[in-house]
Amino acid sequence: MKDTDIKRLLYVHLLCIFSIILSIFIPSFFLENFSVLETHLTWLCICSVSVTAVNLVSYLVVKPNASSKRSSLSYKVTRFLKCCIYFLMSCFSFHVIFVLYGAPLTELALETFLLAVTLSTFTTVPCLCLLGPNFKAWLRVFSRNGVTSIWENSLQITTVSSFVGTWLGAFPIPLDWGRPWQEWPISCTLGATFGYVAGLVTSPLWIYWNRKKLTYKNN
Amino acid sequence: MRLGSGTFAACCVVIEVLGVALFLRGFFPAPVCSFSETEHQTESPAPEPSAGAISNWTELPRPLFRKVVIMLIDALRDDFVFGSKGVKFMPYTTYLVEKGSSHSFVAEAKPPTVTMPRIKALMTGGLPGFIDVVRNLNSPALLEDNVITRAKAAGKRIIFYGDETWVKLFPKHFVEYDGTTSFFVSDYTEVDDNVTRHLDKVLKRRDWDVLILHYLGLDHIGHVSGPNSPLVGRKLSEMDSVLMKIHTSLLSEERETLLPNLLVLCGDHGMSEAGGHGASSVEEVNTALILISSAFERKPGDIRHPKYIQQTDLAATLSIGLGLPIPKSSIGSLIFPVVEGKPMREQLRFLHLNTVQLSKLLQENVPSYEKEPGFEQFKVSERLHGNWIRLYLEENNSEVLSNLGSKVRRQYLEALRTLSLSLSRQAAQYDIYSMAVGAVLVLEVLALLLPSLPRALTGKAELDVPLLSPASSLLFYLLLLALAALHVAVCTSTDSPCYLCSLPWLTAGGVLVLVSTLLCAVVSALAELLASGKRLRKNPPQSSSGWSGLDLLISLGTVGHALSLGASSFVEQEHQTWYFLVNTLCLALCHETYRHCFLGHDCARQRCPHAGEEFDWVAVAPQAKSTGPDVWELDRASKHPSPLEALRGPERWMVLVSPWVILTCCRLLRSLNQTGVQWAHRPDLGHWLTSSDHKAELSVLAAVSLIMIFVLVQKRCSLASKVAMAFGLLGIYCYRVAVGNLLFPWQQNNKGISKGITEARFVYVFVLGVLFTGTKDLLKSQIPATDFAVKTVGLWEIHSGFVLLAALLLRPHRLPVLVLGLAIQAVMARFVWTPLRHDAAQVAAMHYWFGQAFFYFQGNSNSIATVDISAGFVGLDAYAEVPAVLLTTLATYTGPVLWASHLLNFLTSEAGSGSALSHACFCYALICSLPVSAYIILVTSLRYHLFIWSVFSPKLLYEGMHLLITAAVCVFFTAMDQTNAKS
Ligand SMILES: [Zn+2]
Ligand SMILES: [Zn+2]
Repeated sequence: MKDTDIKRLLYVHLLCIFSIILSIFIPSFFLENFSVLETHLTWLCICSVSVTAVNLVSYLVVKPNASSKRSSLSYKVTRFLKCCIYFLMSCFSFHVIFVLYGAPLTELALETFLLAVTLSTFTTVPCLCLLGPNFKAWLRVFSRNGVTSIWENSLQITTVSSFVGTWLGAFPIPLDWGRPWQEWPISCTLGATFGYVAGLVTSPLWIYWNRKKLTYKNN
Repeated sequence: MRLGSGTFAACCVVIEVLGVALFLRGFFPAPVCSFSETEHQTESPAPEPSAGAISNWTELPRPLFRKVVIMLIDALRDDFVFGSKGVKFMPYTTYLVEKGSSHSFVAEAKPPTVTMPRIKALMTGGLPGFIDVVRNLNSPALLEDNVITRAKAAGKRIIFYGDETWVKLFPKHFVEYDGTTSFFVSDYTEVDDNVTRHLDKVLKRRDWDVLILHYLGLDHIGHVSGPNSPLVGRKLSEMDSVLMKIHTSLLSEERETLLPNLLVLCGDHGMSEAGGHGASSVEEVNTALILISSAFERKPGDIRHPKYIQQTDLAATLSIGLGLPIPKSSIGSLIFPVVEGKPMREQLRFLHLNTVQLSKLLQENVPSYEKEPGFEQFKVSERLHGNWIRLYLEENNSEVLSNLGSKVRRQYLEALRTLSLSLSRQAAQYDIYSMAVGAVLVLEVLALLLPSLPRALTGKAELDVPLLSPASSLLFYLLLLALAALHVAVCTSTDSPCYLCSLPWLTAGGVLVLVSTLLCAVVSALAELLASGKRLRKNPPQSSSGWSGLDLLISLGTVGHALSLGASSFVEQEHQTWYFLVNTLCLALCHETYRHCFLGHDCARQRCPHAGEEFDWVAVAPQAKSTGPDVWELDRASKHPSPLEALRGPERWMVLVSPWVILTCCRLLRSLNQTGVQWAHRPDLGHWLTSSDHKAELSVLAAVSLIMIFVLVQKRCSLASKVAMAFGLLGIYCYRVAVGNLLFPWQQNNKGISKGITEARFVYVFVLGVLFTGTKDLLKSQIPATDFAVKTVGLWEIHSGFVLLAALLLRPHRLPVLVLGLAIQAVMARFVWTPLRHDAAQVAAMHYWFGQAFFYFQGNSNSIATVDISAGFVGLDAYAEVPAVLLTTLATYTGPVLWASHLLNFLTSEAGSGSALSHACFCYALICSLPVSAYIILVTSLRYHLFIWSVFSPKLLYEGMHLLITAAVCVFFTAMDQTNAKS
């Protein structure tokens, strides 16, 4: 039972990674002069859209939490609207946090906001898919000993690694190397992407490795 | 020997200060110089080289100029003369540069771009060591070979007017002088009038050969209001008229004597965009240098692109011009255009003299000098020169002669360039032995602190320091013997100067004893740690509760920051690191708060089962890792339920909002002062406020800040100190108005700017009053029967006395830093640390982080240029070294000291456990000594880095100073802890 779960998790994650890789290569067939560094903002949009789509589809297909019994249409619609609001709120709050970290207030606002959108895609969208718009559940998952399934466990790992990736991505900015990717916010978005991908790769492996030790309240 | 962990930490930091001092003494070496100091007076000049034929020209060439006037304008940046400002405000100079008989250059100064080392460089032609910055305030006489000494020895009569530094450097060299003090930075008219008023008289006289004028006004304007102030233009046109006066007078004299004179206009260093100097940015390094003499050809034209030369080239040029031997340690090369008009034989002679001097210096400083390209070029050109002389003496064909001559000249110029380059690159030698001993001391202290961390943070906060145990004594004597042998071996073998060897052997022996004692202590501490580790493995406890996320963040952040210091950009931009870390800390606290608020029950349930086990475990292994704080915390937790759940209504909201409030405050402060190097020129609020158009806004801001300071501080003071605070803050406003920074509402434009001595002293009286009340309360609390609250009030009064002093010393546009600092402290104490019940060690670490961030918030950076020396002269009539240094240090380290004193207050008023203070002290000591030790190792390994003098060395000085302050803080903590224990 558990092993199949891990396998499904792995497939979903591989799909996500695949979508990110595709978002790097596919657009260059349709768009002229497309490259990750030079037309960075375009890539950010494409990447966020494709990752969101893959997340939505895979979670709809796999349905890791088959607990939503009430499936009336109005309930679904309100839930979806709530999710949208949560997503927008997370984008704005990430933006605020970046400004608090020292991002320029007025210049480069679009760039900062797109970084916020990307980070939200990597963190908030999976949370919304898995946990729904439930702030307390989120807090529970992100506190110590709060996870209740391998899905939540992997969610914890990928989210934290995306955050850490973004965080580490800010480090090269003050260095005097003068590289194009040191410009705000390119290093941070790259950091977020690498962090997310690393989380996607490591979380199934880590869960597989520790499958004996992991005991969840529900299982 | 049993010691409290606070006492232990304080001792450790004090020893570490010793180690760092020793390291610094070894690190800042003697400059590249000539060692044959004593014999230079008698040595004859190098004769003209000749192949075969014997030259008859052996004495020094005759002087080129009869009189030399050096007009040094402090902080004369190149674009003040050659840029648009020069065209606008210095018409006469521009005319001379463009059409007159002059040579103009951009002279590059080497960092540190501070006045005294620059004067030394101009006059000796050498590169003074970095440590001269520190000695800048108290400059001793210049002992190295220099132009002034040579000129005096040659019987020249020298007159000097201007900056007193010269008089200190050359105490008996001037036949007439008038020194002006450079310490009242806000005075920029009187300093220069004091120089100019002598001019009319002196220019009429004929009884002098060299006249030196050092004008300070421009530098003072820069320090007060920056290079774009309208005052700069006025000052430049004043300087222009002075130059015109001197030049016309020299010209009229020349008409009578028929010998050319030389007028030198130069700057000692530039001025950064913020108005300071000391670092190595382009604006600070490039200075204007103009040589004016009727001996030069009039060459109209390429003025817009003056050639780049080194500042050190002036010494050699002046020596040649005055017919003196070139100073021995000069690394500069003759500015060739000066002698271009002379006959070929003289030109070659001058070049030869200069090359011989440089190659001698190279021989003395580089062991393998024969392989240096410059030396080879020198040999080649000397041989060619000899051939040329032979041809010349044989009266050969003049065309052949001139062709060969220009070839020799080219060869010489090339050799000069290479020699001077390799000499300036020749890093001054480090005193590796002293550095190593200092570094070993520091590392031993760290190695002693780190393993005792778990035991130091136990409930009893006591440590066994195995100083006197007999087992280690044999080791100790062996070590001491080995070290003594090493010491003797090192001191007898090296010929380079070594500080530790030059100490009296009793002192050196003391250092060695200290080193070996510490090593023994480290060894036994490690052995004990291993033993207890084994014991732990036998009965393994659960250690999941050991590290919370916050602990992890704090330790990772500290280690990461220490490692980041290895990159020069991270040293330059260290403020970014701290802002980043503090922001992350706030977000982590935010997460923790939310978890406790919304999931409080879960957490409590998860924690409780551990409590019982943990108490058992403590009984089994009392020295186990970090049980102490948990025990303390759980102890309190079991008495009453989590206070977060008890909070309702607005209080709860404040807890939820407070991290965001703090984050916003930090962001505001960050945009107040754009510090660092990379983005320092960006406009920020501070610049906006200090510009002269926004005086009214600044006044309002300062008034509001002062009122806010009163509001934040007064609550916990006694009535007497409340009144004193109010008067003190009022006095501060009056002082700033008197100095001319602020305005009274009824006063439209500032007329009389005074030094504000009365007002500042008025404030000092109240500072002392508040401090005195605080001390009195502290002493009162020692009497057993008194209330505990008396002590808290006393401590808070001392804190507020310090705040008052800081408010006086900080520039008015930095007062918001103080206000927001106090506000953040209040919010954190009330809504974060108390409800979340962080233990003393965590609180201490957070205080340290915030202290560091505030160090940068207040506008400091890791370059010397941002030290606000004007703070050292608040309320002082004349320069007094001790108070000036003390005040400047306090003003610079306001942030860290403010947070340390708040830590003391917070822990005392909370008074949860008796050992909280010593935990905090230990943690503070450890977290401060970690970056210092790491930095010392990094600097040692990077000592041949390109940026070692411009980036790493100033940071080293800052670190040393910070460690000294931490030592003082730790000693004070321990003293408070002792009085705690007694009462
Ligand atoms: Zn100067
Ligand atoms: Zn200055």
